[in-house]
Amino acid sequence: MAAGFKRKEGREMVEMNTSSLPDLIFTILFFFMMVTTMREVTLKVKFVVPQGTELEKLEKKSAVSFIYVGPPTDQLRAQMGSGTRIQLNDRYAEPKEVMDFVAAERQGMRNQTDQIISIKADRGTQMGYITDIKEVLRKSWALKINYSASRRN
Amino acid sequence: MPGLNTSSTADISFMLLIFFLVTTSMDTDMGLARHLPQPPDPDQEDAQVDIKARNILYVRLNYQGQLSIKDETTQDAGWSEFSELRQRVKDFVRNEQNYSKWPEKHVKIIDLLGRCYVTDKHVISVQTDRGTPYDAYFQVQNELVAAYTELRNEISKEKFGREYQYLEDDQKAAIRQYYPQNISEAEPKKYGGAE
Repeated sequence: MAAGFKRKEGREMVEMNTSSLPDLIFTILFFFMMVTTMREVTLKVKFVVPQGTELEKLEKKSAVSFIYVGPPTDQLRAQMGSGTRIQLNDRYAEPKEVMDFVAAERQGMRNQTDQIISIKADRGTQMGYITDIKEVLRKSWALKINYSASRRN
Repeated sequence: MPGLNTSSTADISFMLLIFFLVTTSMDTDMGLARHLPQPPDPDQEDAQVDIKARNILYVRLNYQGQLSIKDETTQDAGWSEFSELRQRVKDFVRNEQNYSKWPEKHVKIIDLLGRCYVTDKHVISVQTDRGTPYDAYFQVQNELVAAYTELRNEISKEKFGREYQYLEDDQKAAIRQYYPQNISEAEPKKYGGAE
Protein backbone atom coordinates (compact mmCIF):
# COMPACT_ATOMS: atom_id res chain seq x y z
CA MET A 1 0.00 0.00 0.00
CA ALA A 2 1.06 3.52 -0.57
CA ALA A 3 2.59 5.31 2.30
CA GLY A 4 0.03 8.07 2.17
CA PHE A 5 -2.81 5.84 3.25
CA LYS A 6 -0.96 4.43 6.20
CA ARG A 7 -0.30 7.80 7.64
CA LYS A 8 -3.94 8.81 7.52
CA GLU A 9 -5.22 5.69 9.24
CA GLY A 10 -4.20 6.84 12.62
CA ARG A 11 -6.07 10.12 12.40
CA GLU A 12 -9.59 10.70 13.57
CA MET A 13 -12.12 12.21 11.19
CA VAL A 14 -12.50 15.88 12.10
CA GLU A 15 -16.07 17.10 11.98
CA MET A 16 -16.73 19.99 9.70
CA ASN A 17 -17.16 23.26 11.50
CA THR A 18 -20.73 24.36 10.80
CA SER A 19 -20.82 27.39 13.05
CA SER A 20 -20.83 29.75 10.05
CA LEU A 21 -23.66 27.93 8.31
CA PRO A 22 -26.41 30.10 9.90
CA ASP A 23 -24.62 33.24 8.78
CA LEU A 24 -24.41 31.87 5.29
CA ILE A 25 -28.09 31.06 5.15
CA PHE A 26 -28.98 34.44 6.61
CA THR A 27 -27.02 36.07 3.83
CA ILE A 28 -29.00 34.17 1.22
CA LEU A 29 -32.17 35.08 3.08
CA PHE A 30 -31.34 38.78 2.99
CA PHE A 31 -30.46 38.52 -0.67
CA PHE A 32 -33.87 37.11 -1.44
CA MET A 33 -35.59 39.71 0.68
CA MET A 34 -33.89 42.39 -1.35
CA VAL A 35 -34.47 41.15 -4.87
CA THR A 36 -37.99 39.82 -4.57
CA THR A 37 -41.29 41.49 -4.00
CA MET A 38 -44.12 40.35 -1.82
CA ARG A 39 -47.02 38.89 -3.67
CA GLU A 40 -49.66 41.34 -2.61
CA VAL A 41 -52.77 40.16 -4.33
CA THR A 42 -54.27 36.86 -5.25
CA LEU A 43 -54.90 36.93 -8.94
CA LYS A 44 -58.50 36.47 -9.87
CA VAL A 45 -58.03 37.01 -13.55
CA LYS A 46 -55.69 35.21 -15.87
CA PHE A 47 -53.73 37.04 -18.46
CA VAL A 48 -50.88 36.63 -20.88
CA VAL A 49 -49.24 39.99 -21.39
CA PRO A 50 -48.23 41.06 -24.90
CA GLN A 51 -44.64 40.95 -26.07
CA GLY A 52 -42.64 44.01 -27.00
CA THR A 53 -39.15 45.24 -27.71
CA GLU A 54 -39.10 48.78 -26.33
CA LEU A 55 -39.66 47.87 -22.71
CA GLU A 56 -38.47 49.60 -19.60
CA LYS A 57 -38.06 48.13 -16.17
CA LEU A 58 -40.38 49.32 -13.44
CA GLU A 59 -37.87 50.89 -11.12
CA LYS A 60 -39.61 52.25 -8.07
CA LYS A 61 -41.77 49.41 -6.88
CA SER A 62 -43.34 51.47 -4.12
CA ALA A 63 -44.75 53.96 -6.62
CA VAL A 64 -46.40 51.35 -8.81
CA SER A 65 -50.01 50.21 -8.60
CA PHE A 66 -51.34 47.39 -10.70
CA ILE A 67 -54.57 46.99 -12.57
CA TYR A 68 -55.26 43.50 -13.85
CA VAL A 69 -57.51 42.91 -16.82
CA GLY A 70 -58.53 39.56 -18.22
CA PRO A 71 -61.03 36.71 -17.98
CA PRO A 72 -61.65 35.10 -14.55
CA THR A 73 -59.37 32.26 -13.51
CA ASP A 74 -60.47 28.70 -14.17
CA GLN A 75 -61.71 28.16 -10.59
CA LEU A 76 -63.90 31.26 -10.71
CA ARG A 77 -65.20 30.83 -14.20
CA ALA A 78 -68.18 28.77 -13.10
CA GLN A 79 -69.52 31.66 -11.02
CA MET A 80 -68.24 34.66 -12.90
CA GLY A 81 -68.43 33.60 -16.53
CA SER A 82 -65.66 34.13 -19.01
CA GLY A 83 -66.12 37.81 -19.87
CA THR A 84 -63.29 40.27 -19.32
CA ARG A 85 -62.97 41.54 -15.76
CA ILE A 86 -60.95 44.25 -14.11
CA GLN A 87 -59.24 43.41 -10.85
CA LEU A 88 -58.24 46.05 -8.32
CA ASN A 89 -56.53 44.78 -5.18
CA ASP A 90 -58.33 41.56 -4.28
CA ARG A 91 -61.63 41.94 -6.03
CA TYR A 92 -63.34 42.57 -9.32
CA ALA A 93 -64.26 46.15 -10.05
CA GLU A 94 -65.91 48.43 -12.54
CA PRO A 95 -63.86 50.93 -14.56
CA LYS A 96 -65.25 53.88 -12.59
CA GLU A 97 -63.90 52.42 -9.34
CA VAL A 98 -60.39 52.92 -10.68
CA MET A 99 -60.61 56.55 -9.55
CA ASP A 100 -61.00 55.61 -5.88
CA PHE A 101 -58.33 52.97 -6.27
CA VAL A 102 -55.86 55.51 -7.65
CA ALA A 103 -56.64 57.96 -4.86
CA ALA A 104 -56.26 55.27 -2.20
CA GLU A 105 -52.95 54.10 -3.65
CA ARG A 106 -51.72 57.67 -3.82
CA GLN A 107 -52.38 58.19 -0.09
CA GLY A 108 -49.40 56.23 1.11
CA MET A 109 -46.91 57.54 -1.39
CA ARG A 110 -44.13 59.89 -0.51
CA ASN A 111 -43.90 61.53 -3.90
CA GLN A 112 -47.35 61.46 -5.34
CA THR A 113 -46.43 62.79 -8.77
CA ASP A 114 -44.26 59.73 -9.36
CA GLN A 115 -47.21 57.41 -9.24
CA ILE A 116 -47.18 54.85 -12.02
CA ILE A 117 -50.13 52.69 -12.94
CA SER A 118 -49.16 49.43 -14.52
CA ILE A 119 -51.84 47.83 -16.65
CA LYS A 120 -51.46 44.09 -16.81
CA ALA A 121 -53.92 43.07 -19.44
CA ASP A 122 -54.47 39.93 -21.42
CA ARG A 123 -53.55 40.04 -25.10
CA GLY A 124 -57.05 39.24 -26.19
CA THR A 125 -58.75 41.98 -24.17
CA GLN A 126 -60.95 44.26 -26.23
CA MET A 127 -59.66 47.82 -26.35
CA GLY A 128 -62.95 49.15 -24.98
CA TYR A 129 -61.99 48.04 -21.47
CA ILE A 130 -58.51 49.53 -21.73
CA THR A 131 -59.86 52.80 -23.12
CA ASP A 132 -62.37 53.07 -20.29
CA ILE A 133 -59.61 52.56 -17.75
CA LYS A 134 -57.39 55.09 -19.49
CA GLU A 135 -60.17 57.69 -19.51
CA VAL A 136 -60.68 57.27 -15.76
CA LEU A 137 -56.94 57.42 -15.14
CA ARG A 138 -56.78 60.66 -17.08
CA LYS A 139 -59.59 62.14 -15.03
CA SER A 140 -57.85 61.15 -11.81
CA TRP A 141 -54.55 62.68 -12.99
CA ALA A 142 -52.68 59.41 -12.94
CA LEU A 143 -50.93 60.13 -16.21
CA LYS A 144 -47.89 57.89 -16.00
CA ILE A 145 -48.92 54.49 -17.15
CA ASN A 146 -47.12 51.36 -18.13
CA TYR A 147 -48.44 48.60 -20.35
CA SER A 148 -47.02 45.49 -18.78
CA ALA A 149 -45.33 43.19 -21.27
CA SER A 150 -42.68 40.56 -21.66
CA ARG A 151 -39.60 40.84 -23.79
CA ARG A 152 -39.70 39.42 -27.28
CA ASN A 153 -36.58 37.66 -28.39
CA MET B 1 -20.68 27.06 31.66
CA PRO B 2 -21.45 25.36 28.36
CA GLY B 3 -22.06 27.57 25.31
CA LEU B 4 -25.55 27.87 23.90
CA ASN B 5 -26.23 25.12 21.43
CA THR B 6 -26.62 26.91 18.10
CA SER B 7 -26.79 23.90 15.84
CA SER B 8 -30.46 24.56 15.05
CA THR B 9 -29.95 28.19 13.98
CA ALA B 10 -29.19 26.98 10.48
CA ASP B 11 -32.48 25.11 10.36
CA ILE B 12 -34.38 28.13 11.60
CA SER B 13 -32.84 30.40 9.00
CA PHE B 14 -33.51 27.80 6.33
CA MET B 15 -37.18 27.89 7.31
CA LEU B 16 -37.21 31.68 6.98
CA LEU B 17 -35.51 31.41 3.62
CA ILE B 18 -38.07 28.94 2.35
CA PHE B 19 -40.90 31.11 3.65
CA PHE B 20 -39.60 34.06 1.67
CA LEU B 21 -39.05 31.96 -1.41
CA VAL B 22 -42.67 30.88 -1.31
CA THR B 23 -44.32 34.21 -0.57
CA THR B 24 -42.37 36.42 -2.92
CA SER B 25 -42.04 36.54 -6.63
CA MET B 26 -38.90 37.21 -8.52
CA ASP B 27 -40.42 38.42 -11.78
CA THR B 28 -39.03 41.74 -12.80
CA ASP B 29 -41.88 43.81 -14.07
CA MET B 30 -41.33 45.30 -17.45
CA GLY B 31 -43.54 47.28 -19.69
CA LEU B 32 -44.01 50.02 -22.18
CA ALA B 33 -44.06 53.36 -20.40
CA ARG B 34 -46.51 55.91 -21.80
CA HIS B 35 -47.83 59.29 -20.74
CA LEU B 36 -51.52 60.05 -20.91
CA PRO B 37 -52.57 63.52 -21.99
CA GLN B 38 -53.92 65.81 -19.31
CA PRO B 39 -57.66 65.68 -18.76
CA PRO B 40 -59.61 68.25 -20.78
CA ASP B 41 -60.41 71.46 -19.00
CA PRO B 42 -64.17 71.47 -18.36
CA ASP B 43 -64.38 75.29 -18.56
CA GLN B 44 -62.87 75.37 -21.96
CA GLU B 45 -64.91 74.86 -25.08
CA ASP B 46 -63.80 72.05 -27.29
CA ALA B 47 -61.01 73.86 -28.99
CA GLN B 48 -60.85 72.10 -32.30
CA VAL B 49 -57.30 72.69 -33.28
CA ASP B 50 -57.05 72.72 -37.02
CA ILE B 51 -54.19 70.61 -38.14
CA LYS B 52 -53.16 70.66 -41.74
CA ALA B 53 -53.91 67.40 -43.45
CA ARG B 54 -50.31 66.93 -44.48
CA ASN B 55 -49.24 66.88 -40.84
CA ILE B 56 -51.36 63.92 -39.83
CA LEU B 57 -50.54 60.26 -40.12
CA TYR B 58 -53.54 58.09 -39.37
CA VAL B 59 -52.92 54.69 -37.82
CA ARG B 60 -56.17 52.81 -37.58
CA LEU B 61 -56.93 49.45 -36.06
CA ASN B 62 -60.24 47.78 -36.73
CA TYR B 63 -62.07 45.30 -34.53
CA GLN B 64 -60.16 42.41 -36.07
CA GLY B 65 -56.84 44.03 -35.30
CA GLN B 66 -56.15 44.89 -38.93
CA LEU B 67 -53.94 47.88 -39.45
CA SER B 68 -54.29 50.70 -41.93
CA ILE B 69 -51.82 53.54 -42.27
CA LYS B 70 -52.88 56.65 -44.10
CA ASP B 71 -51.33 60.00 -44.90
CA GLU B 72 -51.80 62.53 -47.70
CA THR B 73 -49.94 60.36 -50.15
CA THR B 74 -52.09 57.30 -49.64
CA GLN B 75 -54.61 56.79 -52.38
CA ASP B 76 -56.60 53.83 -51.16
CA ALA B 77 -55.98 52.65 -47.65
CA GLY B 78 -55.67 48.91 -47.78
CA TRP B 79 -54.44 46.84 -44.87
CA SER B 80 -50.83 47.23 -43.90
CA GLU B 81 -48.43 44.91 -42.18
CA PHE B 82 -47.28 45.74 -38.66
CA SER B 83 -43.68 45.47 -39.85
CA GLU B 84 -44.22 48.39 -42.24
CA LEU B 85 -45.34 50.75 -39.51
CA ARG B 86 -41.95 51.64 -38.05
CA GLN B 87 -40.43 52.67 -41.39
CA ARG B 88 -43.57 54.56 -42.43
CA VAL B 89 -43.54 56.55 -39.21
CA LYS B 90 -39.84 57.28 -39.48
CA ASP B 91 -40.08 58.46 -43.09
CA PHE B 92 -43.12 60.54 -42.26
CA VAL B 93 -41.65 62.26 -39.21
CA ARG B 94 -38.24 62.79 -40.74
CA ASN B 95 -39.49 64.08 -44.11
CA GLU B 96 -35.97 64.40 -45.42
CA GLN B 97 -36.86 65.75 -48.86
CA ASN B 98 -39.33 68.29 -47.47
CA TYR B 99 -42.02 66.58 -49.46
CA SER B 100 -45.20 68.61 -49.73
CA LYS B 101 -47.47 65.79 -48.64
CA TRP B 102 -45.56 65.01 -45.49
CA PRO B 103 -45.34 67.23 -42.38
CA GLU B 104 -44.19 70.79 -42.92
CA LYS B 105 -40.71 71.73 -41.85
CA HIS B 106 -39.85 75.05 -40.33
CA VAL B 107 -36.92 76.67 -38.63
CA LYS B 108 -36.66 76.32 -34.90
CA ILE B 109 -33.87 77.48 -32.62
CA ILE B 110 -33.07 74.77 -30.10
CA ASP B 111 -30.55 75.11 -27.29
CA LEU B 112 -27.37 73.12 -27.99
CA LEU B 113 -28.52 72.31 -31.52
CA GLY B 114 -28.97 75.79 -32.98
CA ARG B 115 -31.05 76.38 -36.08
CA CYS B 116 -32.88 73.25 -37.09
CA TYR B 117 -35.48 72.32 -39.64
CA VAL B 118 -37.98 70.37 -37.65
CA THR B 119 -41.32 68.70 -38.29
CA ASP B 120 -42.60 69.25 -34.79
CA LYS B 121 -46.14 69.95 -35.96
CA HIS B 122 -46.67 66.39 -37.08
CA VAL B 123 -49.31 64.30 -35.36
CA ILE B 124 -49.68 60.56 -35.35
CA SER B 125 -53.29 59.76 -34.76
CA VAL B 126 -53.96 56.30 -33.39
CA GLN B 127 -57.54 55.22 -33.72
CA THR B 128 -58.96 52.04 -32.32
CA ASP B 129 -62.29 50.35 -32.22
CA ARG B 130 -63.77 49.22 -28.93
CA GLY B 131 -63.36 45.68 -30.17
CA THR B 132 -59.72 45.97 -31.21
CA PRO B 133 -57.60 43.30 -29.53
CA TYR B 134 -55.27 44.79 -26.94
CA ASP B 135 -52.32 42.93 -28.44
CA ALA B 136 -52.69 44.75 -31.78
CA TYR B 137 -52.86 48.10 -30.01
CA PHE B 138 -49.82 47.23 -27.95
CA GLN B 139 -47.82 46.26 -31.03
CA VAL B 140 -48.69 49.61 -32.62
CA GLN B 141 -47.55 51.47 -29.50
CA ASN B 142 -44.39 49.41 -29.40
CA GLU B 143 -43.59 50.20 -33.03
CA LEU B 144 -44.29 53.91 -32.55
CA VAL B 145 -41.95 54.06 -29.56
CA ALA B 146 -39.36 52.11 -31.54
CA ALA B 147 -39.64 54.53 -34.46
CA TYR B 148 -39.14 57.58 -32.25
CA THR B 149 -36.26 55.90 -30.43
CA GLU B 150 -34.51 55.22 -33.73
CA LEU B 151 -35.08 58.77 -34.95
CA ARG B 152 -33.76 60.24 -31.73
CA ASN B 153 -30.77 57.94 -31.77
CA GLU B 154 -29.92 59.04 -35.30
CA ILE B 155 -29.95 62.73 -34.48
CA SER B 156 -28.19 62.35 -31.14
CA LYS B 157 -25.44 60.27 -32.74
CA GLU B 158 -25.03 62.92 -35.39
CA LYS B 159 -24.96 65.85 -32.97
CA PHE B 160 -23.49 64.40 -29.79
CA GLY B 161 -21.89 61.15 -30.94
CA ARG B 162 -23.81 59.01 -28.49
CA GLU B 163 -27.14 57.25 -28.34
CA TYR B 164 -30.05 59.09 -26.83
CA GLN B 165 -30.17 57.08 -23.62
CA TYR B 166 -26.58 57.97 -22.75
CA LEU B 167 -27.02 61.72 -23.14
CA GLU B 168 -27.07 64.34 -20.41
CA ASP B 169 -30.46 65.65 -19.36
CA ASP B 170 -30.17 68.97 -21.22
CA GLN B 171 -29.05 67.18 -24.36
CA LYS B 172 -31.99 64.84 -24.07
CA ALA B 173 -34.31 67.81 -23.78
CA ALA B 174 -32.85 69.29 -26.96
CA ILE B 175 -33.35 66.03 -28.84
CA ARG B 176 -36.88 65.81 -27.52
CA GLN B 177 -37.58 69.25 -28.98
CA TYR B 178 -36.18 68.11 -32.29
CA TYR B 179 -38.33 64.99 -32.42
CA PRO B 180 -41.26 65.44 -30.05
CA GLN B 181 -43.58 62.48 -29.61
CA ASN B 182 -46.90 63.69 -30.90
CA ILE B 183 -49.18 60.73 -30.61
CA SER B 184 -52.83 61.50 -30.35
CA GLU B 185 -55.34 58.92 -29.34
CA ALA B 186 -58.83 59.91 -30.23
CA GLU B 187 -61.85 58.40 -28.58
CA PRO B 188 -62.32 54.97 -30.09
CA LYS B 189 -64.88 54.91 -32.80
CA LYS B 190 -67.52 52.33 -33.28
CA TYR B 191 -67.06 51.06 -36.76
CA GLY B 192 -69.49 48.29 -35.98
CA GLY B 193 -68.73 44.63 -35.75
CA ALA B 194 -67.86 43.77 -32.18
CA GLU B 195 -70.09 44.61 -29.24
